[in-house]
Amino acid sequence: MRPVYEKYFRDNIPHIWCAGCGNGIVMSAFARAIEKLGYDQDDVMVVSGIGCSSRMTTYIDFNTLHTAHGRALAFATGAKLSEPRLKMFVIMGAGDAAAIGGNHFIHSCRRNIDITAIIINNAIYGMTGGQYSPLTPTGKKATTAPYGNIDRAFDIVELSRGAGATYVARGDIYHAAQLTNQIVDAANHKGFSVLEVVSTCPISYGRYNKMPKPTDMMQYIKDNTVSVQKAATMTADELKDKIIIGEHFKIENVPEYTEEHNKLVAEVKKDYLEKLKGGAK
Amino acid sequence: MTNNTINKIRLVQGNEACALGAIKAGATFYSGYPITPSTEVAEHIANKFPRIGRHFIQMEDEIASIGAAIGASTVGHKAFTATSGPGFSLMQELIGYAAIAEIPVVIINVMRAGPSTGLPTMPAAGDVQQARWGTHGDHSIIAISPNSVMETYYETINAFNLAEQYRTPVLLMMDEKVGHLRERFEEDEANEPVIMYRPAPKEGEKFVPYANVECGVPHILPLGKGERYHITGLTHGETGFYTAQPKAVSKFVGRLSDKIELNVDKIAKIEENYTDDAEVLVLSYGSSARSAHEAVKTLREQGHKVGMVRLITLWPFHDAKIAALCEGKKAVIVPEMNLGQMAREVQRVAKGVPVLPMCRVDGDLMTPDEIIAKVKEVL
Repeated sequence: MRPVYEKYFRDNIPHIWCAGCGNGIVMSAFARAIEKLGYDQDDVMVVSGIGCSSRMTTYIDFNTLHTAHGRALAFATGAKLSEPRLKMFVIMGAGDAAAIGGNHFIHSCRRNIDITAIIINNAIYGMTGGQYSPLTPTGKKATTAPYGNIDRAFDIVELSRGAGATYVARGDIYHAAQLTNQIVDAANHKGFSVLEVVSTCPISYGRYNKMPKPTDMMQYIKDNTVSVQKAATMTADELKDKIIIGEHFKIENVPEYTEEHNKLVAEVKKDYLEKLKGGAK
Repeated sequence: MTNNTINKIRLVQGNEACALGAIKAGATFYSGYPITPSTEVAEHIANKFPRIGRHFIQMEDEIASIGAAIGASTVGHKAFTATSGPGFSLMQELIGYAAIAEIPVVIINVMRAGPSTGLPTMPAAGDVQQARWGTHGDHSIIAISPNSVMETYYETINAFNLAEQYRTPVLLMMDEKVGHLRERFEEDEANEPVIMYRPAPKEGEKFVPYANVECGVPHILPLGKGERYHITGLTHGETGFYTAQPKAVSKFVGRLSDKIELNVDKIAKIEENYTDDAEVLVLSYGSSARSAHEAVKTLREQGHKVGMVRLITLWPFHDAKIAALCEGKKAVIVPEMNLGQMAREVQRVAKGVPVLPMCRVDGDLMTPDEIIAKVKEVL
């Protein structure tokens, strides 16, 4: 193993992920990103929910908290608010972020708490064996949509924007080197930052959707991703079914929640102590 | 009286006493979602916590509230949340998480009548079996039911102490009447409550987060303070990582129960009055116990041999002690604001003694007269 992986991976590999799964690529990018960021491992906390992606916390050597389905952001909010010095990352899948955990996700966007949320989007519920998720495109097949999915998918970028997020980027596992930098950028943003990572699940998604081999799915991502910059020059028709990668938006100067909280606490505490002193006169 | 003494004696509401108890216990984190009849706990904490540099946050729902509290506890804070029936139902999954991951957390449930929205502003004790069995899977739990404002204060402190000491969620099962009751509040300055903290390894001692220690409660350290480890809701071995190895799982799940059940003598508080020569026993808890106590006192004055047992701790249920108290009695009457939930427990242990549930689920309190009449039926 390369030293960066030796340093950040625990010694409990092999992981549970299937051959061709994109989670390992995200995990490697995460390790490289932490190295670039120069964070002390002791100061990094990684919280995950339930699903394939969430098992990542088992394998990486930080303060790791593997919570319940959909609730990772709630746990992370409590930990971050009470210990804001911690570098807080949350790893989620489609269910954690957009289905059962959707409420916590939109409120985290609104609250603008300094947490980096990495949402691995493999378009399916993988751990339970391939049921459609809120990120499964319309028309695609799943074990619970054997005749095609009639549901519409969330666009994480637009969902985050509407919910008040201050940083949203989209990456993918084909552009792994770029993904490392995207994790760095998301972490450097002060506030709630969302990074959607378009990933693959050849076993539970590809097989039902004419992309049975891991390379088929990788090829699909390669062929269909366009950068934010390039997308700006393309028509809506040209952009149909394209995956637009890069930094979608970044809003500076929105108050960050833990800072506002600490400011408020400091002011109230000061006033209160002065009042007590005054009373003693 | 000096100004100081006057300041120390106040008229305080049960929910406020709970907030004061949490502050005294050293709670530094509160996350909650408003719900009647528990909301005053959040309001008092929102008011007082910032003054003393502690953390209050109103979350988006009750699931987020208990999740944030557990999250804060993993990084070393004494954390709690307060809710009522519907919110308590929503919290069940994460109560189980705190149980399996052994994260101290206190959940205040100011009980109202259910099911569902039920009678939001009226008291009940309909959640006492839910407290025991509400979350899925085998585990034990600690649940406390105070019946006065002062007791709410001291039992809130006790709830935090137990959560820390046993690395477990602790449920403070108040009811609407206790929560909204206003009584004289005066701390017993001669008996300062002991404040306890979670068991940590001594310096130089190796830290094993889920060690199968004999006492049942392994050491715990906050995440983010230099000891990197893993916390999960999956069954796990001593290092905290997932295991499905049957022997390890069996040992682990067994320990989760044993650490509480085997310490029932230390945990369970049971108050007895006039039990020595009693022929008939009245067993109650929460607000019903206030009426029951009044009834028993009156019956004693009339010369009847009636005794009173009050459960301050509902769970763990002290089988041996309750069985001994019931033994040889003509009958045991159990007034409670549900359809006989704790009476079932008494029936389970009181072999051969008639246990008569006395139920009320209409939002009204039971009166001492009703209890007196019921006792007289069996005297």
